[in-house]
Amino acid sequence: MKTVIHYIRSLFLLELFKGMSVTGRYLFRKKFTLNYPEEKAPVSPRFRGLHAQRRYPNGEERCIACKLCEAVCPANAITIEAAPREDGSRRTTRYDIDLFKCIFCGFCEESCPVDAIVETRLYEYHFEDTDKAAGNYIMTKEKLLAMGDKYEAQLAEDRAAQAKYR
Amino acid sequence: MSDQQTITIEVDGKKLEATPGQMLIEVTDAAGITVPRFCYHKKLSVAANCRMCLVEVENAPKPLPACATPVADGMKAWTCSPLARQAQKGTMEFLLINHPLDCPICDQGGECELQDVAMGFGGGLSRFVEGKRVVKSDDIGPLIATDMTRCIHCTRCVRFGDEIAGVREMGATGRGEHMKIGVYVEHTVGSELSGNIIDLCPVGALTSKPFRYRARAWELTTHDSIAAHDGVGSNIHVHVRNHQVMRVVPRENEAVNETWLSDRDRFSYQALYSEDRLEKPLLRKNGKLVEAEWQEALLEAAGILKDADKARLGALVSPSATLEEMHLARKLLAGLGSDNIDYRLRQGDFRAADPAVPWLGQTLSAVERNQAVLLIGSWLRKDQPLLNHRVRKAALAGGRVMTINPVDYDFNFDLADKRICAPSGMVAELAGLARALGADTAGVSADASDAHQRMADALKSAEQGLVLLGSVAQAHTDFTLLRRLAANIAEAAGLDLGFTGEGANSTGAAMLGLGSGLSCGAMVTQGLDACLLLNLEPEADMANPAAAMAMLDNAKVVALSTHLGSGLEAVADVVLPVASFLETAGSFVNMQGDMQSFNGAARPVGEARPAWKVLRVLGNLADVEGFDQESVMDVREELQAAMGEAQPDNRLPEGDAPAPVLGSSDLQRIGGTPIYNTDMLVRRAQALQHTPDAWKAGLRVNPALAQALGLEDGDSVVLRQAEAEITLPLAVDERVPGGCVWMPTGVPGSELLGEGFGAVSLEKA
Repeated sequence: MKTVIHYIRSLFLLELFKGMSVTGRYLFRKKFTLNYPEEKAPVSPRFRGLHAQRRYPNGEERCIACKLCEAVCPANAITIEAAPREDGSRRTTRYDIDLFKCIFCGFCEESCPVDAIVETRLYEYHFEDTDKAAGNYIMTKEKLLAMGDKYEAQLAEDRAAQAKYR
Repeated sequence: MSDQQTITIEVDGKKLEATPGQMLIEVTDAAGITVPRFCYHKKLSVAANCRMCLVEVENAPKPLPACATPVADGMKAWTCSPLARQAQKGTMEFLLINHPLDCPICDQGGECELQDVAMGFGGGLSRFVEGKRVVKSDDIGPLIATDMTRCIHCTRCVRFGDEIAGVREMGATGRGEHMKIGVYVEHTVGSELSGNIIDLCPVGALTSKPFRYRARAWELTTHDSIAAHDGVGSNIHVHVRNHQVMRVVPRENEAVNETWLSDRDRFSYQALYSEDRLEKPLLRKNGKLVEAEWQEALLEAAGILKDADKARLGALVSPSATLEEMHLARKLLAGLGSDNIDYRLRQGDFRAADPAVPWLGQTLSAVERNQAVLLIGSWLRKDQPLLNHRVRKAALAGGRVMTINPVDYDFNFDLADKRICAPSGMVAELAGLARALGADTAGVSADASDAHQRMADALKSAEQGLVLLGSVAQAHTDFTLLRRLAANIAEAAGLDLGFTGEGANSTGAAMLGLGSGLSCGAMVTQGLDACLLLNLEPEADMANPAAAMAMLDNAKVVALSTHLGSGLEAVADVVLPVASFLETAGSFVNMQGDMQSFNGAARPVGEARPAWKVLRVLGNLADVEGFDQESVMDVREELQAAMGEAQPDNRLPEGDAPAPVLGSSDLQRIGGTPIYNTDMLVRRAQALQHTPDAWKAGLRVNPALAQALGLEDGDSVVLRQAEAEITLPLAVDERVPGGCVWMPTGVPGSELLGEGFGAVSLEKA
């Protein structure tokens, strides 16, 4: 009996039609596919993308060279050197993030007492040179601050949205 | 109460042995029981003002501070009972009321006692919502950074100034919340031991200025080493980050430096990264020093040494060079047929043979027990800060400290007697004292005055005492005579004779037998064809800079040096960059005869190499046998065999004492070398050069002489010594005796002058 039923199913291609019906249903639904890069997926405010360093509204850099991010970094991607600035305040003279080492865990952001080092929503970047001397893959202090200046509005908004969970 | 008596107490249910009179915290510390504390420090008096060490004691109605509770037989205490814990937690909460929570920008963060104790004994949350107080910070000099808002008023720094440094520099004003610690007058922390308050401060109120914001405690790796600027041989921890020395802190050694460290040893590391640090070998081509490759420079250096007439080949080594370097340098010269190698660069007189191995004459800890100490030509406080600390302890315990000095040097304790006289008068003073003691006056006729008689009585009545010849005496033109008289005095009074020596390793150099050939003085007067210089600057480190420079000018000079100064630039033919003491392995013998070895802590700068390796290669290139050591251990074994049974020995060899040569002239120079001009590293340590102790360019005379010459403080004057002539600003200083000009060696301006003592003339520029 089992054999007979199997024979009939195979003869009339029932399973094929079952599958095709799923395809057919989705054929007329709204598409999931995004036409990247013209279209982009929504990004969470907690997204951990490329790093940036923020400033206070008066233009003063936030980072105070406490080196907690350097200490907490599980990949040893952060290198900091510090010295007193002319006005006597504690500042970094060098703040490098090696993007080949970075695992984008977000610990640096979490450990920062002044919300200086943050991770932006930016995930579109590339390096064309792995030459260490060229240092393309190093996020220096200048690059980080420039990133921060560029995305400050978004960064501030994300921090505000997340404040109650932190 | 006898010392042998022991009692038993019970802490946390554990039976502990104690001696009556001990405080509870000493017993718990010895037993390894943790009691939190801020104000208590084992080397300072008990203040009991932080209240952090509260513990529960049986039958006491309230918790008692462990640091101020004497033990009693059968006492029972609990350090972590609910009552004790509650008291500690309460104290911690009070301390944090006014302490700013700025740990991220505080240099103490990560090594802060307050952080640690708050983690272990504090509450998790702060209930304090009111405003915190802010305290203005004084600028207290180039060594110590202050953030007094962070101060928790433990008063360790105040007690340190009072009890150890001997100068009341810091003090507390106000009460309660208005209490603040500060200096009375800005810029006045000038103690030679001031850096210790950085270690003492449990919070970030007092931190190191040169180290400020440079590194975090958790980034530093610690290496053990030995300090290289005085004969005490202080034990140090070197903190290194990225192969660079970031700071130096003391390592506890009760027999040597206790828990302290002099500022000179603490901050000299700055010089390692100064601008004129040598990074590549230099070779003289067409009259100019130009950078060269190691191979070329080494071949040239070996050639110079090899081709020299062996009778006119010599070596001058820094008294702070390691034993390994000294041994290989001597071996190299011996292989080339010369034994002219000397380390006594600043000794002013070689007319009589030196003792076999000059040393302190006592152990450092025994110095504290002296009942009488006679300092001859010694500014001990600045020359050997931690030896001076031991002498100070002796003085505070009732010992009588007397001085015979050419300048009224300041000490941080009361002198029982002092004789201040022109350099030419020192011989007569000593002879007078010898006469008063009934000792041989070495052919010097002198009368014993009442003061001499008083000093003689004090020396004679002491059961244990020390007659100490300092670095000024050693640089004196009649040093051998002073030494003979001092030995006679020590013998007649039954006291020990001691020498403070120069540098970190002069005792070790003597044990190795350096100085057996031509003495340093003889090399300078007789002249050399070729000379090897090891880590010294001829214009600053020699007894007679002008003569030394003239001699080296006519010789081929191979210099192994960490830095390039103007002197080497002028005379050296080959300069090989070598590692400093923090970058190489080596050994020093301190003034009490301890051999202390250490390993390199940091990576040498640039292409600099450890001097022992450079000497080894030079030995091979000069075809000398026995330069195939593979490690510094091999060299050390070899030199220990060479030293054999050499022991510190201050007995003077037999021989007639020479006649005094330093006559009294109208105006004579007083030499010596100030604290922060003693060697090439110290001279380049920027922070030290900005302290009040740093010698300001100029010369000093007393007010009477200035008036007689019609001069005022700050005037430009011309100083003439023999043919040399130099214009310098004049400072009026009451410490200088009449008819004298205090113009040390090793300071800016002294390069052109001759030896530190002798006739000079002065006139307005």
